[in-house]
Amino acid sequence: MRTVQAVAWKEIQIYFSSPTAYIVAMIFLALASFFFVRDLSNPFPQASMSSFFQGATIILILLAPTLTMRLLAEEQKLGTIELLLTSPVRDWEIVVGKYLASLVFLIGTISLTVYYVLLLAIFADPDPGPIWSGYLGLILYGGAALSIGLLTSTLTSNQIVAAVVAMGILLVLFFSDFAAGTLTGVAATIVNEVGMKSHFDDFDRGVIDTKNIAYYLLVIVFFIFVSIRALESRRWR
Amino acid sequence: MAKQDSKPLMIQASGLTHYYGPYAAIEDVNFNVERGEVLGFLGPNGAGKTTTMRILTGFMPPTRGKVTLDDYDIVEQSLEVRRKVGYLPETVPLYTDMSVSSYLRYMGTLRQMPPKNIKRRIAEVIDVCRLGDYRSSQIGKLSKGFRQRVGIAQAILHEPEVLVLDEPTIGIDPIQVVETRRLIQDLGKEQTVVLSSHILPEVSMICDRVLIINEGKIVAEDTPSNLAERLQGSEQMEVEIGGPVSQVLPALRALPGVANASHRTTQGNEIYTIQATEGKDLRDEISRAVIGGGWSLLSMQTMGMSLEEIFLRLTTHEEL
Repeated sequence: MRTVQAVAWKEIQIYFSSPTAYIVAMIFLALASFFFVRDLSNPFPQASMSSFFQGATIILILLAPTLTMRLLAEEQKLGTIELLLTSPVRDWEIVVGKYLASLVFLIGTISLTVYYVLLLAIFADPDPGPIWSGYLGLILYGGAALSIGLLTSTLTSNQIVAAVVAMGILLVLFFSDFAAGTLTGVAATIVNEVGMKSHFDDFDRGVIDTKNIAYYLLVIVFFIFVSIRALESRRWR
Repeated sequence: MAKQDSKPLMIQASGLTHYYGPYAAIEDVNFNVERGEVLGFLGPNGAGKTTTMRILTGFMPPTRGKVTLDDYDIVEQSLEVRRKVGYLPETVPLYTDMSVSSYLRYMGTLRQMPPKNIKRRIAEVIDVCRLGDYRSSQIGKLSKGFRQRVGIAQAILHEPEVLVLDEPTIGIDPIQVVETRRLIQDLGKEQTVVLSSHILPEVSMICDRVLIINEGKIVAEDTPSNLAERLQGSEQMEVEIGGPVSQVLPALRALPGVANASHRTTQGNEIYTIQATEGKDLRDEISRAVIGGGWSLLSMQTMGMSLEEIFLRLTTHEEL
């Protein structure tokens, strides 16, 4: 556990010592504010965070991979992977440590938007339920996006490739409920259930369904597991 | 192969083979390393040195063969092995945006050193590797030589029982090379060291024993001095003789004990290179033959075989 902590802590430090993280956080906040304000400035404004949450799911498709692209791709490029894999560290400790670092950074960035809630509470009377469930959903959604980015970073030493491939996967999963609309029967259900967006919408409505929580946790565990395996396979290649 | 009276063996490798695709990087490599010994792998680039090092450190498993380190199997008990090994890969792996001391602290934690030890050891290795003025410098801004020192510092940080150094002096300036070699010699007094190099004087200076590896196979194994002696058998001499080449050369070749003789003219001097068989001292015979022929003996020089030449011979298949 100490190793996981050490790996995570080092990655978090690197986030803050490089410009990437600040840029990512800045873009996230700028775009999030845009989505937040958009709904409040129409003729019949609603004291809700829904517009922000919906927008954030799109922003995260672009930003989550930029947080994770460095994690293992850079180790492979610099050759530091050789030190990491020859240290008395288990492969899962490396992967989980790195994942946690990106998750902590993401949660930190998302938590900077809490002042929206304060604004709403001061100037209006928002329904707190959908706000908290929305944040929970957003963190789960972001966590799933990060795990996908982590996997692509494990598979290549090229950070750009890692980011672009992860964005591609996320886009497909995001739009899969559109695709489900053109299908019928079991195929439609499957494609719809695989999609990341459809599971988020319940959270946005204020519904915390274990089915949706289970979906995101499953995605996270699956991609972290595959990342660990992919890292292990480096030894045999 | 293992001597019964020797100290217990630290590393035992038998039948090591590693394939990259269809290409064998090393094939059937066997060697032992005694506790406290400094073993050098010598060979040209692409001989399989790095592959061997990577297997020893548990970075990758061999395709075939078995290695034990302090009786731990390198594949089955990889974690225990990795705890005992300090490793400096060929391209020094450094996190360029970390400072020297935070990098070392991180490596210490990864090696599961207790926090108190980490602090003490960082101070020690910074001292040993003479990084004192650079402890808070960002690694990316250090010169190649200093990066190499940081690499060595991380390798010895956790006081490993075995130190594996892959080309420890590559790409650094001569003064630093000397310092690095001295450092390795000091470390070799207490630890088992396995290093690789393609520079002969380096290996013969630092190592107790040398393995010469070429095209994935070990072609010779001995102490540096024995290796030199082994080929001393055919001793070479350079003799300068004043006289007609057409007469002198056949006369030299006809001498008993002369394996071969050749001639060249350098700056108007007639130089003959003579190869003796079986370490025979030919100085007497040659001088007598020259005088007897009525020519003049101008100079005579015995050419000791340097390790460099042995190396060239071994790797170009002229000998063995």
